[in-house]
Amino acid sequence: MMKKLILITLSMTFTLISGFAVSQDRGIGGVESLRGNVELEVTRAADPLKKVPRDQLDIESSYVFQPPLIPHHIRSYEISLNANKCLSCHSWTKAKQMGATKISVTHFTNRNDEVLADVSPRRYFCLQCHVTQADAKPLVGNSFERVKSLQ
Amino acid sequence: MKWIINALKGFWTILRRPSKAAVGIVLFMGFAGGLMFWGAFNTGMEATNTEEFCSGCHAPIVAEIRDTIHYANRSGVRAICSDCHVPHAWTDKIIRKVQASKELFAFFITKTINTPERFKERRAHLAEREWARMKKNDSLECRNCHNFEFMDFSEQSPRSVRQHSTALASGEKTCVDCHKGIAHRLPDMHKVEGWN
Repeated sequence: MMKKLILITLSMTFTLISGFAVSQDRGIGGVESLRGNVELEVTRAADPLKKVPRDQLDIESSYVFQPPLIPHHIRSYEISLNANKCLSCHSWTKAKQMGATKISVTHFTNRNDEVLADVSPRRYFCLQCHVTQADAKPLVGNSFERVKSLQ
Repeated sequence: MKWIINALKGFWTILRRPSKAAVGIVLFMGFAGGLMFWGAFNTGMEATNTEEFCSGCHAPIVAEIRDTIHYANRSGVRAICSDCHVPHAWTDKIIRKVQASKELFAFFITKTINTPERFKERRAHLAEREWARMKKNDSLECRNCHNFEFMDFSEQSPRSVRQHSTALASGEKTCVDCHKGIAHRLPDMHKVEGWN
């Protein structure tokens, strides 16, 4: 009886261990994901970079209070302590002359809702919220619709 | 002391005496010597126009061009330091090179840009000098490649056309008035027209 019990336990442990080992080897087990049909341990080749169009029509907002998207390319536009290239067209003093959209008044308030005389430091780095758009298809289909007021 | 004076005197008499060689040979020697001197001079000039030479002192700023379109782009045409910072016409080039010898003084004697920190402090001054130079010559070094006559506005983006067909076309503005920091990081721009 004792012998039999030991044998069963051993064989079960074996099966478990070997099964575990096999599943580790199997990688994605043939299941394709967003990552594509590539085994886990393999580094997948990167997708080609998307091109940002030089100029496109204004991109409409998808939801209320969405930071407007940048409808032009911004290669080499410096935003640093020294210079802010965006503001050389989008600041209030330049926007009209340059035919650009003015930054909104919300950019002049600090986190205590105090209105400042110039762009608030927390709003200075434009690309934290505003980004360029490439013609990239959504990875997963979805049925998102704009809110009624923006349609 | 006396022998030096004698040697000089001897050399002078050789120079004064008509050569015994045929006129043709003398002319040929003069011609060959001239060629060699001219070749060596131009080779020297070319050597001081290379990126490696510029990097010798301006290393941090030379590296900055790598992010920009004047270094990497779709067609592989690129500009090096001298394309923009040294005039291409011979006389202007010599004048700039002589001015540059003063800049050697700044690097080796007064040591204004010999560390990255000092370079950073000096950047505004260096940039302003280049802007002033290019403003004065109507952005000649830009125009060596980017010729206004051949700009096709229909190929440009509307934003570019708006500026190029008005202010640039009328000569009211020149390239560098707007295109600052196209190959380098910018200095503090808060007091610069168009940026503040």
